[in-house]
Amino acid sequence: MSRPERTTILDARAVSRALQHMAVAVLELAHGTDDLVLIGIQRRGVELAERIAKLIEQQEGVLVPRGALDITLYRDDLQTVGPKPVIGETRLPGDLTGKHAVVVDDVLYTGRTVRAALDELADFGRPKRISLCVLVDRGGRELPIQADIVGKVVKTGPGDRVDVMVQELDGKDQVDLVRGARQ
Amino acid sequence: MTAALGKDLIGLERLSPDQIRLILDTAEPFKEVSERVIKKVPALRGKTIVNLFFESSTRTRISFEFAEKRLSADTVNVAATGSAVQKGETLVDTAKNLEAMRIDMVVIRHASSGAAQFLGDRIRSNVVNAGDGKHEHPTQALLDLLTIRDKLGRIEGVKVCLVGDILHSRVARSNIWGLTKLGAQVAVCGPHSLMPRGIADLGVTVLRRVEEAIEWADVLNVLRLQLERMEAGFIPSLREYYRVFGVTVERLAKAPRALTVMHPGPMNRGVEIDSRVADGPHSVILDQVTNGVAVRMAVLYLLAGGRPELADAAKGPAAGGTD
Repeated sequence: MSRPERTTILDARAVSRALQHMAVAVLELAHGTDDLVLIGIQRRGVELAERIAKLIEQQEGVLVPRGALDITLYRDDLQTVGPKPVIGETRLPGDLTGKHAVVVDDVLYTGRTVRAALDELADFGRPKRISLCVLVDRGGRELPIQADIVGKVVKTGPGDRVDVMVQELDGKDQVDLVRGARQ
Repeated sequence: MTAALGKDLIGLERLSPDQIRLILDTAEPFKEVSERVIKKVPALRGKTIVNLFFESSTRTRISFEFAEKRLSADTVNVAATGSAVQKGETLVDTAKNLEAMRIDMVVIRHASSGAAQFLGDRIRSNVVNAGDGKHEHPTQALLDLLTIRDKLGRIEGVKVCLVGDILHSRVARSNIWGLTKLGAQVAVCGPHSLMPRGIADLGVTVLRRVEEAIEWADVLNVLRLQLERMEAGFIPSLREYYRVFGVTVERLAKAPRALTVMHPGPMNRGVEIDSRVADGPHSVILDQVTNGVAVRMAVLYLLAGGRPELADAAKGPAAGGTD
């Protein structure tokens, strides 16, 4: 069995550029900041949503409402993977009815997390639109779900792993691709 | 991932401190679910849970039922009266019949100590003990622990005194196990006739007078005095009990530090607790009730998912974190 091989696909500066690009794309997609709500998926999506909100604030002078979503209780695999040890906080900035909710996550892979997030959001109101914004799209979808905004596309296989690190939780901004991480 | 709790929740005696902390930590996010407009998550969708109550209970049964429904489980309540139990069916026969209808979990309350364990050993479904005789009432103690942690920010080192009928109380037993495992200092206080022999062997201090308890404790957990005890001669009269052991405003005024007062309910106002205390600033009694739903959601959720053999079989890319 070959050893896992780790390569950095985004360093701190590349992460920063990707986030800049994503913030601009969010503004274009939402036609400004009216009705815009950024919702990060626990845990790293929450930090990324905060970053994008700050970048939008620098540009537009408006701090858009942010929320955090933990989708654990909406997963479809409780029976198979068992309960997650610690469930994160879910906190949404009020009723989402009529809002444009942009869901932010670090990695888009099978699409199951996003499916769960869509179900959960539906329990908090009826947004006029929900968009998806991810730092890395690694392919490998198991559901018909696509992102509206992507920082970086990378081709991966099922044995690979994408590690996203953010300053707030990991001490640095970096994205690594680990080939052959899972057998 | 290993089984978080195993198949059943019988009592806190056999849980590790880490398992108890896991339940309390898991309960935290469930508090938020009950604050939503749509108070429901799909975590236990398609699961069938039977609430098998051989002893009357309002609060505990309703609390379990809310917890089950807010997790999207399907629930059936079976009470001893009006069921085949009255016709002489045994506990195991009742449960086996329910299991033949393909249920997933049983929440059981029973007057006999050991009933939950007995059932858990004989059926495949998960069993949750909702109170068995004088043995344990684990979810009550867990919600008490959560309430103490919420109020004081910690459990370790906190001085908790259980006041009242320690002898007959499964709430007291579960609390003593849970509190000592998490590093609290525990005392008990009550009439000599209602104090089990050898209680000090469990690592608790025995305080004779309620005044001493108030002077010593950070938290008083006032237990319900069951009225049948007086009829059975354990105490001379309810008025006498209140005079000697009642937790009153006048007594609390002498507490040297901020004191938190808990009660598992239902209360006998004017017997073990003064109404002005129950409704006063020391009381966290209604917080306990709110936390009860969150703790029971956590227990049901953890038991429902804890199947290590399935977890191992499913270890694939889709089971990973960042998908």
